[in-house]
Amino acid sequence: MRAVRILWLAVVLSACLAVTACGRGGDDDGADPGISDDSIKLGGSYPLSGPASAYRSIEQGAQAHFKFVNAKGGVDGREIEFVTLDDAYEPPRAVQNARRLIEEEEVFALFNTLGTANNVAIWDYANKQEVPHLFVATGASLWGADLEAHPWTSGWQPDYVTESQVYADFLEKEKPNAKVAVLYQNDAFGEDLLNGFKKATEGTDIEVVAEESYEVTDPTVSSQMSKLASSDADTFLNITTPKFGAQAIVAADKLGWKVLHIINNVSASKLLVLEPAGLEKAQGLISTAYFKDPASPDWTDDQSMKEFKQALAEHEPKANPEDPNCVFGWAAAQTMVEALKGMEEPTRQALMDSVRGLDVKVPILLPGIEVKTSEDDGYPIEAMQIMRFEGENWVLQDEVIQAPH
Amino acid sequence: MTERRGRIALGVALVAVALVIPFLFGPYRVGQFTLVLAYAVAVLGLNLLVGYNGQISLGHGAFFALGAYTAALLIEKASVPYLLTLPAAAVVCFAAGFLFGVPALRLHGLYLALVTLGLAIALPQLIKRFDELTEGTQGLTVEQPVSPSWLPLEDDQFLYLLTLAVAALMFLIAWNLTRGQLGRAIKAVRDGEIPASTLGVNLAATKTRVFALSAAYAGVAGALYVFAIGFVAPEAFTLTVSFAFLAAIVVGGLATISGALLGALFIEFVPVYASDVNDALTGVIYGGVLIAFMWFLPDGAAGLPRRLRALLARREAGDERRAEPEPAAIATEHKLPADKAPAGKA
Repeated sequence: MRAVRILWLAVVLSACLAVTACGRGGDDDGADPGISDDSIKLGGSYPLSGPASAYRSIEQGAQAHFKFVNAKGGVDGREIEFVTLDDAYEPPRAVQNARRLIEEEEVFALFNTLGTANNVAIWDYANKQEVPHLFVATGASLWGADLEAHPWTSGWQPDYVTESQVYADFLEKEKPNAKVAVLYQNDAFGEDLLNGFKKATEGTDIEVVAEESYEVTDPTVSSQMSKLASSDADTFLNITTPKFGAQAIVAADKLGWKVLHIINNVSASKLLVLEPAGLEKAQGLISTAYFKDPASPDWTDDQSMKEFKQALAEHEPKANPEDPNCVFGWAAAQTMVEALKGMEEPTRQALMDSVRGLDVKVPILLPGIEVKTSEDDGYPIEAMQIMRFEGENWVLQDEVIQAPH
Repeated sequence: MTERRGRIALGVALVAVALVIPFLFGPYRVGQFTLVLAYAVAVLGLNLLVGYNGQISLGHGAFFALGAYTAALLIEKASVPYLLTLPAAAVVCFAAGFLFGVPALRLHGLYLALVTLGLAIALPQLIKRFDELTEGTQGLTVEQPVSPSWLPLEDDQFLYLLTLAVAALMFLIAWNLTRGQLGRAIKAVRDGEIPASTLGVNLAATKTRVFALSAAYAGVAGALYVFAIGFVAPEAFTLTVSFAFLAAIVVGGLATISGALLGALFIEFVPVYASDVNDALTGVIYGGVLIAFMWFLPDGAAGLPRRLRALLARREAGDERRAEPEPAAIATEHKLPADKAPAGKA
């Protein structure tokens, strides 16, 4: 009977309402939300589940650092609470998370939201609400490109344009006449790196002679690799995410394609990429780094690495201390803490002023890499160092290469 | 007549609940309900196809995406007023659904499912391929509707009420349709194609029309989604969306109108609350709840009242039977002839 069905519908809806009811929020009293005399609330949206959930260890590294800082008294006596929500790498959920964090959780600032598309989905909203949208976990060059359009947003990691510039500089020194074949992911990340590389090699003798793209939903990249291997390239630029990076390494080995193999930073993880592919196939691989590798014996006695591993074991025992994503989260969180320390007043505007005038030391970054911004420079980190895989580990080469915009 | 009055009263109560939501809750929650309404329109369209017409589609996310991009591009690149993008999305998706429906006529069951799956997989690629138009992987930020100055409503409240109005209209159209001649034809095709055609139903026309109509519904839902979220990107329209719509009709109930709303509530709220419970087990919890629904409520949540009534009716019948003394006992006690059947339920 329709009546009973409608009644049932009303019951279900009322139940939902009752469970989730919260009154219409009133206006605030003028002070910025999320900050008080003894606490600061930050909000983040991460792919804690779904196809990109390997990146959840970033959140673990960040939480470990905030808890570590809290244990030492916090920032000027304020304890940091970092509320994180899952967006499963889906833009509409990132939008809803941003709204929930800003309107319901009333966070002081958004920190380290992951994913280019996700951040593009929320940056207009965050900027309209005048909420700091800081140190986003994506290497897109967008975040620093137009500070006037989005004054409340800041990137953090060396972006893909910087990274491709570093590869171009390396090739100009080592192989000035390189003929490059490129495999790239067909999305904003892949295009950013590829176009950055092409721009950085304009006017040099380095030439891109073949390019093949793949989709994140593709099962393998073997056909693309066959095509690239049959070109006359003597260098292979591998712009992929971990799963496909490993596949490309295996494919190159199977095809007997022995050329200079450059793999991008996102896929340089020994844990997630090289070991699954087989370390013997990864010999001579070139990539870039900007923070200390937790799996490398070079840093076992390093003070900042020991501090990191101890804090991780104490505050996030489920995290894997050799996962470079944890170091990423730790380092970004440390930058956040430094920015908070630089606030002259407990307001969001003061936080942004601090973010636009950063000059801080983050010891777990490689020596020689600075975190610096200014009114005109929206890119906190603009340097990387080349590393080569030899034996069982990545070995840093030469010097840090500065690649400012 | 009291039943009818009761029905009207309940309907009014439901409408009242729906209208009061934006004034009870903060913008974040109201935004969630707005999305629920948008999804409900898509699920309703899919239900017309799967529940009422017996066809299958694993690719309705593609029509949803098509409607969303139509609205997004018209608003951002052609400065079309956002209200007009709703019929535009409907028309574009109706046409696309029709074009797709014609070759799909030849296919049934598994093969139709595979072809629609192909559509769902292909669409994000197509969006990326035509990136001069669609902005490709970068995504496109879309200006969202704002509350007109002559209305004392805030933006999120206005958007909710607008979506409610559109959803109500779509529900009304579907309700009307399923009760009319086309509705009978649609259901007849589901129940048996050969008997239906002997009764004079034009199979090809009915099936393609339903496919096109359900695509149009998904398109309108896509446009409403754009108003609510303000951003489109290929990543937002993967296979997950198509599967979510299917999950919604399973949970809500096949061939029911109210089921669409219940299913939409499920796909919007359960993933969020699953990750609040334990973010490592979100997928497991979501899948577990879905399986529980399929096991205990194969008719979906909308079928629950029917099941409860059936359960109660059986209980009543059981009670009555127990209250009646055994016929043999009566015969012995009151010395009635043994062949006289006792009164009451046999």
